Amino acid sequence: MSTLEIKDLHVSIETEQGVKEILKGVTLTVKTGETHAIMGPNGSGKSTLASTIAGHPRYTVTSGSITLDGEDVLAMSVDERARAGLFLAMQYPVEVPGVTMTNFLRTAKTAIDGKAPAIRTWTKEVKEAMAQLRIDADFAQRNVNEGFSGGEKKRVEILQLELFKPKFAILDETDSGLDVDALKVVSEGVNRAHAAGNMGTLLITHYTRILRYIKPEFVHVFVDGKIAEQGGPELADRLEEEGYDRYLAGAGSAVQA
Amino acid sequence: MTEVKEEKARIGAPSIAGFTEEGESLSPAPAAAGPLGGDASKSHSHGGGYGIPDSSRAGRLTSYRLADFPELKGTEEEWRFTPLRRLGGLHKDGLDGAAPGVAVDAPQQVRVETVGRDDSRIGSAGIPEDRVSANAWEHFAEATVITVPSGAQLEDRILVTMTGNGLAAAAQHVVLIAEADARAVVVLNHQGQAVVSENVEIVVGDRAELTVVSLQEWSDDSVHLSSQQVKVGRDAKVKHVAISLGGSVVRLTPTVRFAQPGGEAEIFGLYFADAGQHLEHRTFVDHAQPNCVSNVLYKGALQGKDARTVWVGDVLIQKQAEGTDSYEKNQNLVLTDGCRADSVPNLEIETGLIEGAGHASATGRFDDEHLFYLMARGIPEDVARRLVVRGFLNEIIQKIGVPAIEEHLTEAVERELDAGDN
Ligand SMILES: Nc1ncnc2c1ncn2[C@@H]1O[C@H](COP(=O)(O)OP(=O)(O)OP(=O)(O)O)[C@@H](O)[C@H]1O
Ligand SMILES: [Mg+2]
Repeated sequence: MSTLEIKDLHVSIETEQGVKEILKGVTLTVKTGETHAIMGPNGSGKSTLASTIAGHPRYTVTSGSITLDGEDVLAMSVDERARAGLFLAMQYPVEVPGVTMTNFLRTAKTAIDGKAPAIRTWTKEVKEAMAQLRIDADFAQRNVNEGFSGGEKKRVEILQLELFKPKFAILDETDSGLDVDALKVVSEGVNRAHAAGNMGTLLITHYTRILRYIKPEFVHVFVDGKIAEQGGPELADRLEEEGYDRYLAGAGSAVQA
Repeated sequence: MTEVKEEKARIGAPSIAGFTEEGESLSPAPAAAGPLGGDASKSHSHGGGYGIPDSSRAGRLTSYRLADFPELKGTEEEWRFTPLRRLGGLHKDGLDGAAPGVAVDAPQQVRVETVGRDDSRIGSAGIPEDRVSANAWEHFAEATVITVPSGAQLEDRILVTMTGNGLAAAAQHVVLIAEADARAVVVLNHQGQAVVSENVEIVVGDRAELTVVSLQEWSDDSVHLSSQQVKVGRDAKVKHVAISLGGSVVRLTPTVRFAQPGGEAEIFGLYFADAGQHLEHRTFVDHAQPNCVSNVLYKGALQGKDARTVWVGDVLIQKQAEGTDSYEKNQNLVLTDGCRADSVPNLEIETGLIEGAGHASATGRFDDEHLFYLMARGIPEDVARRLVVRGFLNEIIQKIGVPAIEEHLTEAVERELDAGDN
C-alpha cells in the first residue's frame, strides 16, 4: 500500500500584481484503494493543488510538504514524480503538434517502466484500451490532443491512466464537458484502473453526477485555498442542494469567481 | 525548464500553447486599382492592361541584365533582412569562380544535357527578379538541362548533386522540365563549400506532376543564393520543398507562377538555423490564372547565438485569377535565447471572386506547456524536447513523400539537435 501525504501546503504564484498566495494550508492524505472527491467553487485552488502535486513550474510551494511513501515529492522533477507513480489528468490537456499519440504513448511507457514495452503486447494493450474508451483507432496516428474535442481529450487522459498504471491519479475535472455516454465510459475506465492497479484517486469535480459512477469514500470541500469541510459521500449531495454559500460567507478573496 | 519570463505558461489555456498566433482568413475584397508603376521594364510579363501599384509584388523589376538592377544598399524591401556583407560578392559583378560540380543520377528515360548559354530552353520559366539572380544569369558558363519526357511516370527520384569546391563566387544554372503528363521527383542536393548564385528554372508541363526538393547542406562558410522559378502548366501539380540546414548564408526565393488554369502548388520549407547562420526564404505565388490552388507551409527551428531566419511569403491573386484558393503559413520554434526569426506574410488580392485566401504566421518559444505535459507523463526533459522539435519539423518531413529523403532529414534533424546539446 502507498500513501500520498500533503501537509499544510502553501502555494503562491507570481502575477503581474505581485506574488499571490492561492493555497493557504492544505492537509490531505490519500492511500491506495481510496477515492477522494474534491469539490469547491471556481477559483478556490483545486487545479492549483493538482498542478502543484504534478510539479508545474508556475507554482511555488512556500511551505508545507508533499510526500509519497515518505519520499519528498517536492524535491522531484516533473518527470520523476510521474515515474514515482503520480498521474495528473489535466483539466485542459495540451495539444502537442507533430508528436503522434502512438509515439507519445510508447515513449512515456518506456520512461515510466524504465524499459521499452514488448511491441506486440503493447500494441494490443493500447488498441484494447482505446476500444474500451470508445476512442477511434485512427487517433493513434493523430498528434497528441491536436484537434481533439474536449470530450476526446478527456478520454485520452483516461487512456493514459489505464496504460501507465500510476499509484495515484489526480483527475482535474475529467467529467467536465463529457456527454452522458462519455461520462460513463470514462468512469468505467477510472474504475478499471482502480480495480487493476490498486490506485488511489483524487477526483476534482463540480458535479455529483460522476459520483454516481465513481464512488468516493471521502469528500473535501475546497474554499479559498483551504479545505473547509470533509465528510463522506453524503456531503456531495448536500453541496449539490445547498451550494457553497455557507462556506463563502466571510471567506474573502476567492469569491469573485 | 526553459525560462520564459514574459510569457510564462498559461495553464489551462485551451489554445495551442506557446504560439503567439497571428493570422487571418481574408474575405476577398477587390483591390483598388492604382497607377501603373514605373517604366516598362518594371511591368511584369504577365501584366494585363490593368494597373498594379508600384509597391505590389507584380510591379517588381525583372530583367536578364545585371546592369538593369541598381546596386544594392541593403535598405531595399527585399534585401532589408539580408546581410550583404556576408554574401561573398554575389551581388557585385564578376561571378568567375568554378560553379559547383553537377552529378545527375536519373532513370533511363530522363534526358540529361549540359548546354551552352544560347540553348533555347534557357529562360523558359522566368526572368530574374533581383540583382543577384541577374548576376548569375549573366555569368553562368553552361547549364544543366534535365527533361522528363512527356508521359513518363518515374518510380525513382532524379538526384542532382551539386558539390561546391571553394569560396570563389560562382554562377550556376539548372533547368528542370517535366513535359506534359510526366510524373517525377527531383532532388537538388547542394553540398560542399561554395559561394554561389544559382538560377533554377522549373517547367511543369500540362497535367504533369513534379516534386522538387532543394536540399541545402553546405559547409558552415558557404553562401548560397538561389532563385527557383516554377512555371506551372494547365492542370499540373507541383510540390516544391526547400530544406535549408547548412551554410553561412542561404537565401532561397522560390517563385511559383501559374501559366495556365487549373494548377496546384504545394510549397513547403524546413530550416534549422544554428548559431550565426542566416537562413532566408522568400516564397512568391503568382496567381495569374483562374482556378489554381496554392498552399505554402514553411517551418523553422532556431538555436544558438545569432541564429537568424527570415520568411517572407508573397501571394498575389491577380484580377483574372478567379476561383483561386490560396493559403500560406509560417511557423518558427525558437529554442534558445539570442535567436531571431522574422516572418512576413504578404497577401495581395485583386479580385473578389476567389475560393479562399488566408495566411498565418507564428513564432513560438519552445513551449513550457508542451514540455510540462510530456514530463508529467514521465518523459525526461531532454527526450521531451527532442520529441517536440522532431514533431514540429516532422510535419514538413512527412509531406515530402520521398522515403529516402525523409529518412535522411530525420537523421539530419537529430544531428542538429545533438549539436544543440553541446
Ligand atoms: N496567472 C495567474 N494570475 C492571476 N491569478 C491566477 C493565475 N493563475 C491562477 N490564478 C488564480 O488562482 C486561483 C485558483 O485557481 P485554480 O485554477 O486553482 O482554481 P480552481 O479551483 O481549479 O477553479 P475552477 O473550478 O474554475 O477550475 C484563481 O483565483 C485564479 O484566478
Ligand atoms: Mg480548475
